[in-house]
Amino acid sequence: MTVSLSIMAVFLVVSLYLGLMARRGKEMNLEQWSVAGRGFGAVFVFLLMAGEMYTTFTFLGGSGWAYGKGGPTLYIICYSTLGFMLSYWLMPAVWKYSKEQGVLSQPDFFASMYKSRNLGILVACVNVAAMIPYMVIQLKGLGIIVSEASYGAISPSTAIWIGMIVTTVYVTISGIHGSAWTSIVKDAMILLVICGLGIYLPIHYYGSFQSMFEQIQQAKPGFLILPQVGMSSSWFITTVIVMALGLYMWPHTFGAALSAQNENVFRKNAVIMPIYQIVLLFAFIIGFAAILQVPGLQGTAVDLALFKLSLKTFDPWVIGLIGAAGFLTALVPGSLILMSASTLLARNVYKAFVPNATDKQVGVAAKGLVPVVALVAVYCTFNGGETIGTLVIMGYSLVVQLFPPLLFNLMKKDTVTKQGATAGIVAGVAIVAYSTLTKTTLAVLFPSLPAFVKDMNIGIIGLAVNIVVMTSVSLLTKGASTKEVSRKAA
Amino acid sequence: MKKHYAFAFVPVLAILLSPFFANRVTPYILGLPFFMFWIVSWAISSSVFMWQIYRLDHTYKEES
Repeated sequence: MTVSLSIMAVFLVVSLYLGLMARRGKEMNLEQWSVAGRGFGAVFVFLLMAGEMYTTFTFLGGSGWAYGKGGPTLYIICYSTLGFMLSYWLMPAVWKYSKEQGVLSQPDFFASMYKSRNLGILVACVNVAAMIPYMVIQLKGLGIIVSEASYGAISPSTAIWIGMIVTTVYVTISGIHGSAWTSIVKDAMILLVICGLGIYLPIHYYGSFQSMFEQIQQAKPGFLILPQVGMSSSWFITTVIVMALGLYMWPHTFGAALSAQNENVFRKNAVIMPIYQIVLLFAFIIGFAAILQVPGLQGTAVDLALFKLSLKTFDPWVIGLIGAAGFLTALVPGSLILMSASTLLARNVYKAFVPNATDKQVGVAAKGLVPVVALVAVYCTFNGGETIGTLVIMGYSLVVQLFPPLLFNLMKKDTVTKQGATAGIVAGVAIVAYSTLTKTTLAVLFPSLPAFVKDMNIGIIGLAVNIVVMTSVSLLTKGASTKEVSRKAA
Repeated sequence: MKKHYAFAFVPVLAILLSPFFANRVTPYILGLPFFMFWIVSWAISSSVFMWQIYRLDHTYKEES
């Protein structure tokens, strides 16, 4: 136990040291702290994007879903691939507009594009609402990782508090520079651990990959493909679409993108990223390997699959390395989430209520809000009973509602009015929020619908309603918006 | 839209329509069930298609 905890402590100290070193020689104003003064080249933006992609969800959620759900888990590779392909065209346009307008965050982007401060506040609220479950994922993961790697000596709740304090301190001292540098250590660790376990475990327990899958197919026929109902073809396709469109709508991914030096960075990333995320396959294979070796994990316990199998297989020093890699996969995305949430609350909500606040005061407010956001996430972690995989889909269904007003206005300016954009986002978010909070699905609301409609992801329904409302309200308010613009010009 | 951007539709359609014609376990290819192999191979292929698009974008930019 002490061996594994010591190894994890060493990696934690190295990460904090990197965070401190990363800020040397830079005046930590808000622009440096949040988007690195837009000075990151292709390598660092790649590391931040990859750092964002390989989160606790990859480490525990991916293997947990493979263990609990089987074939449908492959949607993760699909949506990432399509999301990165889309970024080839979407992100250069976003970056160009942001640089011209001096935009630092996603709510700024919407407020500037639609010339509406209120829309900026609405986007900030949607952002925070979506980021909380995403932060909960990192904290839940930390709880599992530290508790399991300490062989139960540290309870999950103590581990969550430790994780929250470490992440808060880390992000306050180093900002995005620290996240980028720690991403290097984290990515090296995660590649080593996930690929190593993904290759070793099937061979150790089954002799080969094919033998493992054949035994699973024999024990659980049909588990390796999509089922006829539930997570069926229509669920798979709609979930892939919702999450691919939402991939760059996350405020922390959006913020990381704004730190790029030039727009070509995104095109290079769009070429490399689909191959890089094949590492996810090894995370799934670990989950599949656990099915017959540590059977019986149910509900949220499926997220323990990777650790339960590792504890059964390896010595404490290996568990320490796995735990350290897992700890870093929570620390980097967790720090990006906290930084994004606090920056946008300070810039778009605090500044809306205190319009005379100087940039320095907004910067102080942003850092002051980091522990507040972290505490809210801790509260939700202790009071939520969802698996990591479910939390991810919930968050994506919320942020994807920002995609239509972004895309429509980037394609052709003034096609959507600020009233239309606001109404569309509110309608889409309301549907997703109602479905999530009341656990209502299409199957519950309309039991007589055909199965392929009932299985659809609720996010796509929210998205469809969002587009209809946005277009209708824009058509109704177009005249009013034009009059307002000409009145202001006069 | 530039003509060579149509390359992007190949992996997009192959992935989105995979439940209709690749949703089966056998044959195992490289030790993976067919459905898994199909998705992984198209994810890798999408990088190749995007590289082609990136390369042609640069070629046309230099020509103009």
